[in-house]
Amino acid sequence: MMTTRKISFVICFAAGIFGLVQYFSPHPAISSVYRSLLDWVQIIFAFALLVGALSVLRMHAGKVMKRDRHWVYSAVAVASLIAMTAAGFAGGADRGSLFAWLFDNVQVPMQSTVFALLAFFVASAAYRGFRMRNLEAGILLVTALLIMLARIPIGELATDWLPRSADWVLNVPSMSAKRALLIGIGLGSVTTALRVILGIERSAIGG
Amino acid sequence: MTDLATIVALALTLCILSFLYRENPFYRFAEYLLVGVSVGYSTVVICRNSIYPLVIERISSSGDILVLIPAALGLLMFARLKRSWSGLSRLPLALMIGFGAGVSIPAMLQARVLKQVSSSMQSLATLDGIVIVVGVISTMSYFYFSRKQEGLNGRLAKLGTYFLMVFFGATFGFTVMSRISLLIGRLEFILRDAFGLVS
Repeated sequence: MMTTRKISFVICFAAGIFGLVQYFSPHPAISSVYRSLLDWVQIIFAFALLVGALSVLRMHAGKVMKRDRHWVYSAVAVASLIAMTAAGFAGGADRGSLFAWLFDNVQVPMQSTVFALLAFFVASAAYRGFRMRNLEAGILLVTALLIMLARIPIGELATDWLPRSADWVLNVPSMSAKRALLIGIGLGSVTTALRVILGIERSAIGG
Repeated sequence: MTDLATIVALALTLCILSFLYRENPFYRFAEYLLVGVSVGYSTVVICRNSIYPLVIERISSSGDILVLIPAALGLLMFARLKRSWSGLSRLPLALMIGFGAGVSIPAMLQARVLKQVSSSMQSLATLDGIVIVVGVISTMSYFYFSRKQEGLNGRLAKLGTYFLMVFFGATFGFTVMSRISLLIGRLEFILRDAFGLVS
């Protein structure tokens, strides 16, 4: 009898080969199956995200039940999760609803402040990391300073040479390194995808 | 500072900013609140934008019962929550990962490899175009580990590191600028919207 592990490899191989072959086939039947599979994957993905949400809820609820260390904060997480979900399902998500109010006045301010906090840590990392120890570190420092100066009003007011140089750096040397990295990522992704389809790389589906 | 929305947003913003002093109960409260609210928001968005239109609406409006198959496979994902049943979740995962891998092969080759190579070769008549081609080749040679990096290969790889440093520097500069503009946004909110100290 085939175990779920073996069946999952068969499904992975068949779905992978179909996903690859459909690109080269203009047949309407294949296009139709392809569109259906795209929807199927989207549905499964949505359920997978719900599993993640339920897992977070279960973990924090468990901490509250066991009166674990910092359980009060877990209670805050559980209560806010339930409140936000209930607000979305009961009152809708349109403008003016409680759900939209919570999103605009609770989630968005906190999220943007967390990202704004990173400005301080990036500044402290730059202070420690931006020492001109060698030519490479010097290039990194000069490029970062050039880009930052060119993107602030005083840089543009000081001289038009700054924004033009920054544009050249972005469009020529930086772009060339970015393209090389993208080509490398592309080749690496193709290799990994082939390894997954052929069952050489099994960790993704619990091999 | 008159309305409840501003008071709530200000209090939570200050709770998060208090982390600059050190980790404290106010920050921790806001941190867990953010986790709960974000997960709740995602749950509602997933149900309203994916599960409802793709499963429930299709069955009720067009009687498309075939969508029950991916819905059943999706429900199998919940088997992950119980250790003894977790093997069942491999089946939907296999479909998702296998199909994704198959579809990504031509897409990746097209967008990440062929398109990038052809764009790099298009302006070879100009000095900038030559710099781009040299940059692409030297950066790629830095990641070529099948041969020892010495001689011409070593010099190319060394040149590649300079191009990489330019890219990292530019990316770092942009990251700093985006974070600083977010910080300015929050400070504007505190000083202008909440306290009315600046116009």
